[in-house]
This record gives sequence, C-alpha cells and structure tokens, in this order.
Amino acid sequence: MPMRLRNQIQDLLPRLVLSPSFVLILIFVYGFIVFTGYLSFTDSRMLPSFDLVGFTNYFKLFGLRHWSTALGNLAIFGILYIVICTVIGLGLAILLDQKIRGEGVLRPVFLYPMALSFIVTGTAWKWFLDPGIGLEHVMHLWGWESFEFRWIKDRDMAIYTIVIAAVWQSSGFVMAMFLAGLRGIDNEILKAAQIDGASAWRLYRRIVIPMLRPAFLSAFVVLAHLAIKAYDLVIALTNGGPGRATELPATFMYSYTFTRNQMGVGASSAVIMLIMIASIIIPYLYSELREKRT
Amino acid sequence: MNRFALKLSTSLVALGLLAGGLAGGPAAAAQDVEVLHWWTSGGEAAALNVLKEDLEGKGVGWQDMPVAGGGGEQAMTVLRARVTAGNAPTAVQMLGFDIQDWAQEGALADLNALAASENWDKVVPAALQRFAKHEGKWISAPVNVHSTNWVWANKKIFDELEIAQPTSWDELVAALTKIKAAGYTAVAHGGQAWQDATIFDAVVMSVGGPELYKAAFVDLDPKALGGAEMKEAFDRMATLRGFVDDNFSGRDWNLASAMVIEGKAGVQFMGDWAKGEFLKAGLQPDQDFLCFRFPGTQGTVTFNSDQFAMFSVGDDRRDAQVKLASSIMAPSFQSAFNVVKGSVPARTDVSDADFDACGKKGMKELAAASDSGKLFGSMAHGHAAPASVKNAIYDVVTAHFNGEYDAATAAEELINAVEAAQ
Amino acid sequence: MSGAGNAVALRSGAIARAAIYAVLIVFAVYYLLPLFVMLVNSVKPLDEIRSGNMLALPEVFTFTPWVQAWSEAQIGVEPTGLSPYFVNSLVMVVPAVLISTFLGALNGYVLTKWQFRGHRIIFGLMLFSCFIPFQIVLIPMARILGLLGIAGTTWGLVMVHVVYGLGFTTLFFRNYYDAFPSELVRAATIDGAGFFRIFQRILLPSSGPIIVVTVIWQFTNVWNDFLFGASFADFDSQPMTVALNNLVSSSTGVKEYNVHFAGAILAALPTLIVYIVSGRYFVRGLMAGAVKG
Repeated sequence: MPMRLRNQIQDLLPRLVLSPSFVLILIFVYGFIVFTGYLSFTDSRMLPSFDLVGFTNYFKLFGLRHWSTALGNLAIFGILYIVICTVIGLGLAILLDQKIRGEGVLRPVFLYPMALSFIVTGTAWKWFLDPGIGLEHVMHLWGWESFEFRWIKDRDMAIYTIVIAAVWQSSGFVMAMFLAGLRGIDNEILKAAQIDGASAWRLYRRIVIPMLRPAFLSAFVVLAHLAIKAYDLVIALTNGGPGRATELPATFMYSYTFTRNQMGVGASSAVIMLIMIASIIIPYLYSELREKRT
Repeated sequence: MNRFALKLSTSLVALGLLAGGLAGGPAAAAQDVEVLHWWTSGGEAAALNVLKEDLEGKGVGWQDMPVAGGGGEQAMTVLRARVTAGNAPTAVQMLGFDIQDWAQEGALADLNALAASENWDKVVPAALQRFAKHEGKWISAPVNVHSTNWVWANKKIFDELEIAQPTSWDELVAALTKIKAAGYTAVAHGGQAWQDATIFDAVVMSVGGPELYKAAFVDLDPKALGGAEMKEAFDRMATLRGFVDDNFSGRDWNLASAMVIEGKAGVQFMGDWAKGEFLKAGLQPDQDFLCFRFPGTQGTVTFNSDQFAMFSVGDDRRDAQVKLASSIMAPSFQSAFNVVKGSVPARTDVSDADFDACGKKGMKELAAASDSGKLFGSMAHGHAAPASVKNAIYDVVTAHFNGEYDAATAAEELINAVEAAQ
Repeated sequence: MSGAGNAVALRSGAIARAAIYAVLIVFAVYYLLPLFVMLVNSVKPLDEIRSGNMLALPEVFTFTPWVQAWSEAQIGVEPTGLSPYFVNSLVMVVPAVLISTFLGALNGYVLTKWQFRGHRIIFGLMLFSCFIPFQIVLIPMARILGLLGIAGTTWGLVMVHVVYGLGFTTLFFRNYYDAFPSELVRAATIDGAGFFRIFQRILLPSSGPIIVVTVIWQFTNVWNDFLFGASFADFDSQPMTVALNNLVSSSTGVKEYNVHFAGAILAALPTLIVYIVSGRYFVRGLMAGAVKG
C-alpha cells in the first residue's frame, strides 16, 4: 500500500527521482521504436529517408526466402536453446544442491562462460568444432580414425552448433538462478514431506519444482530475449553460413539495415522482431505485475 | 586496495566531468586527419604506415580508426553512425558503389581543385573515375586496382602432373580432374559468400564473355540473369564445387592460399591480394607459383579498387584533408603501397620497375583491357552493382554453391532476388 | 554459502553419489574445454599450433604471444597491442556501471516504497526496454549523440550504456526492495526521516547482495559490448572488444592464433575475475531478489 505523505515536496520527490530514468527510457527506447516503425514504411536505403511507401517493405520481406530461413532457424534455435538450458540448469542446480563437496569450485566453473563476450566464445568454439583442427582432428590423432563431427560445415546441422555454443554460455547462469531458487525454499516444508515418506523423485516433482516457478519464469524471460537478440555469436561462429544456413532475424536485420543499404526492409524486420518479443514479454509482465499486491 | 582507490577516484572524476556538462567533443585537431579503414593486418598496415609517415613529414598527424571485419561491413556501419552524428572522419577506405552512394547523400568533399592541379583526369583510368567522381566532381582518391579473375597455382603440382596452363573451361576441368585424381585438393576455396561470388564473376565471364557479364551484373537485365547462359554458369559452379575439399565452409581466403602454398592444393581462384601471401611465404612467381587469368577470360579484367573517400569536413580540417589526398595520389606512394599489397597502381603513369613478374603482367593486362573496353568492375566486390543487389546475388550464388537448390532454380531465384533488391 | 545448503538431500547410496559427482565433473569438463583450448594454445609457438594437436600441452612454452597481444600486436597502423584499449574500456565501464546501478537503486526504492498511481505501468515500460534489439537504436542514437555534442566520446558511450542498463538495474533493485519490510520505512517516516535519509540509512546498508548482482551484471554487459563500442567510439575511445576484433579478424595476413587467444583471454580477464571473486555472492544476491520475479 502506498505511503501517505503530508509534505507536498516530499510527495513529489519520488516522482522527481524516477523521472530522469523514465524520460530517458521514453526517448531512447519508445521514441526509437516509433522511429523504426516509421522507417519501415519508408523507402530508406543507406540513410533514413522520410518518403512513405506503404507496406512495400513488408511484402518484400515476406517474399524473401532468406527471411523465412531466418525465422525457421529462430524457431529451431530458440526452442532448443531454451529447453536445453533449462534442463541442464535445473539438473545441475539440483545435483549441486546435494551437499556436494567442492561446490565452491564447481559453481564458478559452471558460471564463468557468462562472463565472456560472444566474440571470445564464438572464436573458441569455431576452432573447436572445425573438423580440420578441432575435435575431429584430435580424435584422429588419438587413433579414432572413423570419428566424424563436421556439423559446423553441414548446411542442415550448422544451426545446432550455434545451440551448443549458446547453451555452453548461458546454462551456468540458469543453473545459478535455479540454485538460488532452491536455496530459498523453506526447509521445514521439505522435511515434513520427507517424514511423510515421499520419495525423492516425488518430493522434487510435487513440491520443489512447483515452488521454483519464479525462477522458471525469470530464466525463460532471460533466455527468450537472448535467443531473439542472438547476433554476435552467429557472426563469430558461422557468420551466417554455410551459405545462408544459420541466418537469424537479428543478423538478417543488421545486414539489411547496414550492409545492404535496404534500411526500409531492415526496419520492417525489426518491427516483426519487436512484435515477437512483445508477444512473449507482455503476458509475462502482465501476470507478474498483476498478482503482486504489496 | 590501491587498485580500488584508483578505480574509485577515476570514477569520481568521471562523475564530476559528467555533471560538469558533458564537456569536450571529439578532439581532431586542425592539422590531423582521421582515417577510418579496415586494413589491420601486418602487410596492409605496413603499407598504410608509408602514408602516415609521409604525412607526418608534412606536419599532418594521423589519427587511426581501424574497424576490422567482413571486408569493411563493420566499418561501413560505424561510418553511418559517425555521419549521422555529424562527426564524419576525414577519409574512409571504401569500395565502388558505396562511394557513389555517399556522394548521392551529399556527404563527400569536392577535390576538383587538387585534381586539376595534379592532372588526375589524365592519369586515372576511366573505369576508376566512374567511382571516384560524382557529377563531375572528384570525391575520392583511388589507391589501387585489384584484378579479381586470377588463378594462383602451385607450380610443383602442375609440373609433377605435367599440366599445361589451361586456357579454356574444358582444359581447366581436365586439369582439375588430374589434380584431384593424384590425391590433392584440386581447388583451395573458402566458403564465404564473397569468395563464392568472386569465382562466379569469373565463371560468368567465361561462359558468356563481356556481353553476358555486362547485361547481367551492370544492366541487371532479367533475360540475362535467368537465361540459359546463366544456368550454364551455375552448372559450372556445381562442377567446381566437386573439386573443393569437404572442409571449405567458412575458411578465410588466406588459409585457402596457404593450402596452395604448402602444396596441399592445386589452384585458388582469387584476386591479386592473394599474391601477398605467396610472396610472404618466400615463393617466387613463375618459379614456385603460377599466375594466370581464369581460363576463358583472357584479355578481360574484372577489377575492384580501394579508394579513400573524402568526407565534407569543416574548413579547419580541410587543409590536412587535401594534403592527405595529394599524398595518396603521389606516384611514389602508389608504387610503394601496391608492391606490398599485391595490387597495381591506380595511376597509369607509375613505373613498373619495382613490381614482380605477376605485378608487371597485371599492369600490362590492365592497361590493355582498359584500352580495348574489356575492363569491368567486379560484381563480387561491389563495382558492378550497388550493395543491395550485390548481396542479393551473393545469397543465390552461395545458396546454390552449398547445394540448397539446382542450377535452374538458381537462375530463377537470381531474377527474383535482384528485383527485390532494387 | 555452504551453510545454507539444502537440508533435504536425495536419500542416496554411495553409487548414486558417485554418479552425481561423475555427472558434475563431466559438465565441468564441458564448460572448461574452450577455456583450456585457449589457454594451452596461447602459450604455444605458432608452428606447434599449425602442425599439432590443439588439446595437447605445449612442447615449447612461450609467453611471447601474451606480450605481443598486450603491447606489441598491430592494431590498425600502430603496433600498440591491446593495452591502451584496456584503459579506454576501464574509463568507460566504471562510470557506466556506477551511474546505472545508482539510478536503478533509486528507481527500485521509489517503485516499492513510494508507490504512486501508475507505478506498475512505469515499471512495465522500463522492464520492456531490456528486450529491444540494440541494432535498431544505432542510427537515431548516433543522431542524438551528435546533437548533444558527445558523439565519439567516452561520455557518449557511458550515456548509451546507462540508458540501456536501466531496465535491468531497476528490475533487480525493485525485486529486492519489494521483500524489504515496509514497516521499517513507515516507522522512519513517522520519526520524521525524509526520502533520501531513509534510502541512505535504512535501505542502502542492507543492499549489499543486490548491489553485487547488479554490478556484476552491468560490468559484464558493458565490458563485453561490441556493437555500441564500435559504432559510437572515436579513435581515442575505442574499447577493448573493438580492438580485439581488429586483432582477431584482420582481413589478410597470417593468422597468429596464439596471439589471438592470448588477446581473447586478456579481454575476458576483468569479467572473469569479477565472476570468480564474487561468484558466491552472485548466487546469494540472486536468491535475495533477482529470481523472485
């Protein structure tokens, strides 16, 4: 419940404190979104232009094979990335929560990839996955001649190498979120259930995991937005190749806006991306902000 | 603790400055040039250093703004942000149509006074002026001409298998088959869109000669883009695909050159910048490696030209800019730079004395092609069509080369893609 | 943290425990492998990398690649190595992190303890800003930086990072302060304490864990940013990531992998240190706020 305040200045002060941040966000986020929306209806090419052309750019966009590839890839990448990160993150958090000796060492090991920039990650994985110098080569040197792992060179499999590298980078962070959630659960509840004779499996399935709901939601939101924004990693790992097989909407938008001088088409793809993001985030925000009554 | 104290004080100072009205814009002094480029590797940077020292001798400071990656794609993004912010660099390394596009936006400076006094109109080939001039005004200073339809071959492999320099498509296929049969990788290639397109340039030229090339890539005629000859060109690409090793995707071009240098592969189809790699490895032209035109394209040259586009800057920085342009066009610099870079000078009056056998050959063929009207801008390198069209063609060429669809579909797609990009 | 371990462990025998350890160790290897590859190859001479096994320990041990990456490698026309860019990054990161954290704390405080009509909408709008793709802001942002006269300066970059960090920092502090007992604030108001005094005396002293989370998060994001750094920096303010990109993706020439890897590790070092040193507080801080939706 809001506080009641007598003093008028005191009454305005909180809003004054909040307003600079809010104004910044209003201009630099929503203002720019409106600007991008406007550009998507113009014939902008190299620099913004303000001549309206209607929905031309959207028709162009959806006529491009390239864009459907990008959307298809986002579906594959997004689903696998979110599911695998969540499963690994939850699994590791539960295992790490079993009074493990050496947790202090293992935790930072799981967590550190999040500290690296995608440029570093991409370069390291590109090397590791390259059949000529990476894993395949090493296995051959070690005498396993028939070993084959050349997904990064394979048009149909390359998108999965991006999943591997992205999961590597983020799953530890998801683990930390779940671990924090697990540590926040009241032990008494668990003890009581255990005394009632619930098996470990039931205990987790019926009690612990449902109590992790906030952690699941936070993880989902963080992962979903990373998936939609995924850009640097693709550039560093495959640069969209082989061919255009690993193009994602973010790389598509960048290349149309900045390297292909088709800013109008780039802006329309950005608008589609924003709509996708909004359709994920707004229901989440709505449910979160509604049920919380302090 | 000390570190912490340091950090704390840095940040306090920072906060103070921020509070103090965000003082200080970019500080390019009057007698400095700021140059945006993507030449960050040893050889290229060494070549630029020649320019830098030359300018410093004239009292002009060099402020270096390198942004590497992707053949300048990143640098072009940076440039857009800089120009939008009203903070354009003095000069920017640039290719082909990009220069014209920026001139169209009215962002470039007028170099006519200097050009007239140094007689640029006489010494720069017309094909280059097409990009360096806009509506009669000189807007950029060309540094070099690269020709892109070269074949680089390992001489030892050619001698061992008794292969003569192929001069037609059929001879090329026969030679490659022989190399492959002997257990070598026939074609060293890196699967990046621009490299695929570099080969495609040469293949199209070999199929339909200058007529097809011009109709398809310069005039963007749908009949040429989707015609039977274009399908034949895609078929030839598929044939070449059969001579590439399995691991080609994503490989950098210089690593492909290394395969030829080390004797693992027979040939590479690449522009003359590849020569730098051969020379750096201590190989000699005609003794250790061969350079010849892509079979079926003899007499024609496809080129790209690195230029420094000059942006409109305030009067205070104008003087330094003119000095920079003048230094770039000086014959001594053109020679020194291009010997290192592997390309040939953008001026036709530079002596070829310092160049090696391949360089001399390149200069002679360039002059001849220029005279006979067989000098064409390379599509793959943005000298035939604007960036949007170039990238649309990339999409189709690279998708086909990676087996996404067959030659007939590719020819159809080419029409659609080019149309959508215009 | 060890004391806070969950009291209810899976009831398990020795075999199951061994299996748990095995799984954890397998994952530890998965996470460490790329770092191992980078480290091992950064101390090998180039020939050994080209001809050999990338997982093998070096036969000849050399620190030269590290020295080169730090102070000799060619970045553009100047053989300066990464060191000057390291300083640029530091000068940019520290104010950006401090300012955005401070504003986030204030926002979180207002949004939980001084709520007014529409505070949820405002929070929702601020939070949504975390999710916009940054590519769309480049051009309009460049224009505004130009109008403000801070294009190409460190301050311009600081402002950009503060703006796009606000959503997350506000989220962290809001969730943390939400759980903070309002009675204490109420009691303090009755005692006559003002807005800032309550913040300074009551909330800030107990904000340690969430400050750690926010600082780690912001530090990592700002330090690792490439897009803004490349687009809005000038020749004298380019951050480390841009220099690393120049080093690694030089357009021609011999690829000096060992120098690249040494450079990559150098670029990652500050964030790695931050994670390793304060990682334990990170989980605690997440526990205290960030995951409580």
